Amino acid sequence: MTTGDVTVLAQKGTAVIELAGVTKAYPGGVTAVRSVDLAVEYGELVAIVGPSGSGKSTMLHLIGTLDRPTHGSVRIDGHDVATLTDRQLSALRAGRIGFVFQQFHLAPGRTAIANVADGLLYSGVRRKEREWRAEAALVRVGLGDRLTHRPHQLSGGERQRVAIARAVAGDPAVLLADEPTGNLDSVSGAGVVELLRELNEAGTTVLVITHDHEIAGSLPRQVPMRDGQVV
Amino acid sequence: MALTPARLRASDLLRLGGYGLQSRPLRAVLSALGIAIGIAAMTAVVGISSSSRADLDRELAALGTNLLTVTPGQTMFGDEATLPDSSVTMIKRIGPVQSATATGLVPSTPVYRTDKIPPGETGGLSVLAATPDLLGTVGGELARGSWLNAKYPTVVLGATAARRLGNVPTVWINGRWWTVTGVLKPVPLAPELDQSVLVGWDSAAAYLGFDGHPTTVYTRSADAFVEAVRRVLAPTANPSSPDEVKVSKPSEALAARRATNDTFTALMLGLGAVALLVGGIGVANTMVISVLERRAEIGLRRSLGATRGQIRTQFVTESLLLSLLGGAAGVLLGYLVTGLYAVTQHWPTVVPAWVLLGGVGATLVIGAVAGLYPAIRAARLAPTEALVTA
Repeated sequence: MTTGDVTVLAQKGTAVIELAGVTKAYPGGVTAVRSVDLAVEYGELVAIVGPSGSGKSTMLHLIGTLDRPTHGSVRIDGHDVATLTDRQLSALRAGRIGFVFQQFHLAPGRTAIANVADGLLYSGVRRKEREWRAEAALVRVGLGDRLTHRPHQLSGGERQRVAIARAVAGDPAVLLADEPTGNLDSVSGAGVVELLRELNEAGTTVLVITHDHEIAGSLPRQVPMRDGQVV
Repeated sequence: MALTPARLRASDLLRLGGYGLQSRPLRAVLSALGIAIGIAAMTAVVGISSSSRADLDRELAALGTNLLTVTPGQTMFGDEATLPDSSVTMIKRIGPVQSATATGLVPSTPVYRTDKIPPGETGGLSVLAATPDLLGTVGGELARGSWLNAKYPTVVLGATAARRLGNVPTVWINGRWWTVTGVLKPVPLAPELDQSVLVGWDSAAAYLGFDGHPTTVYTRSADAFVEAVRRVLAPTANPSSPDEVKVSKPSEALAARRATNDTFTALMLGLGAVALLVGGIGVANTMVISVLERRAEIGLRRSLGATRGQIRTQFVTESLLLSLLGGAAGVLLGYLVTGLYAVTQHWPTVVPAWVLLGGVGATLVIGAVAGLYPAIRAARLAPTEALVTA
């Protein structure tokens, strides 16, 4: 993590996410994202909001370095994605990006600690250290009393908290949440948004992707999207 | 600034492979079973054949491999040859020869249980004239009773002969009652004795018109000189026409008889290999399905920072564990089968170490080959695609 911390210091005050003229076209003529410019500063809490088909999932993939743009440049934490190999992108994701998905993607049959510790598997942290940090992350998201529960023993809101703990256990530069409340009732959803807000106040850059204007409206900054463009 | 993916530790990799199998235990067990059956079959086949060989070695060691037999062959004109009366005496003069003895066939002399049996129903037994030192040289033992009495018309029955004649106190040969004094155990190095009725050399001459020609000479010599003795036996036994003498080594015949099982062993080994191949295909199939089902997991791991190589290694490890599980079970099963079979046959249980190591090694190769293609497919999966289709 030390090299990462150096980066944070070097990049402080500049953007953690920098999209310039980004276009993503799929074979077959579908253009999901068209000439998007976007800058997110360190420490921001941003909502990308738009209806389905507006290109927000593609934005998530591009920002999360899971996909590369057809045109334009994507810089994450100071790294130009276009110049990085697949291995280097993997390392970037392992160290600097945390993901939270609508479907949680927790391993069934494995404890909350094991699920969260898996998030650190690819950053070269030893097992004991992983488990110790997983426990700390679970305490941080308010699941200190659910450490050894398995996903099927947890409520939807608790499952999403486990997923959030997994995303922040590695202390990423940016947390990407893709419809984090999409599978939750409104009370659990509000709780999850509140948690994201707390994490942001503690210093994590959080980018929420949602179709829900109410949730987006409760966040400090909104980036509305429609038909692949920021409007 | 360099972005270098962290290496996965071996322990983490093994644990990762283990989780994959644990999540679907029944499927793991069933696909490992195919490998297990193949390895078990091959281990058992090789084990049983080695145990049989070990038993033969033990038997030969007990019997000795230094027994040579001399029999008359045929003359130049195709007639039956005979050995000179002096051949036993001559053979005894060869330096390394420890003992030599002979039996002489008393031709056309049927043996009957009683005098009431119609002539001709002989039971295919032959009458052999023997000298007192026969048993010591061929390694024969009495099952019961005592050896021939030189003075009186007595017989000793070979094991097969005794079974055919039944437990009779006397037998009827050439119009005379002969007392049965003893019965032999089977003689592995001289199986021709099993089917014969042995009479004393002098009694045979006195009561049965035996001509005194030895028909088989048995000789034991010092182990180191067996081959040397073998070379000079024919000219010693019949100096005037050594070509009319056949010399053989019964222990070789015994070993050759057992060796005929080798083709059967090869066949079984081939069947085991086919089972192993099918098992390997089963593992490959399981892994392909596993990759299809676990697209979401693959996508998640990629988003957590796994490289393509790490995804590939994870699935190959899983495949290796799966087939190793089968291989270990198979080796164990094969060993047990060998042990059980060997115990029922009164053989020593011998499974060569190379079979055990080879079995495990073969499963590792199978696991790697079966897992490689599914693993490559898993690694090639685009992370976005894997997450979306989940």
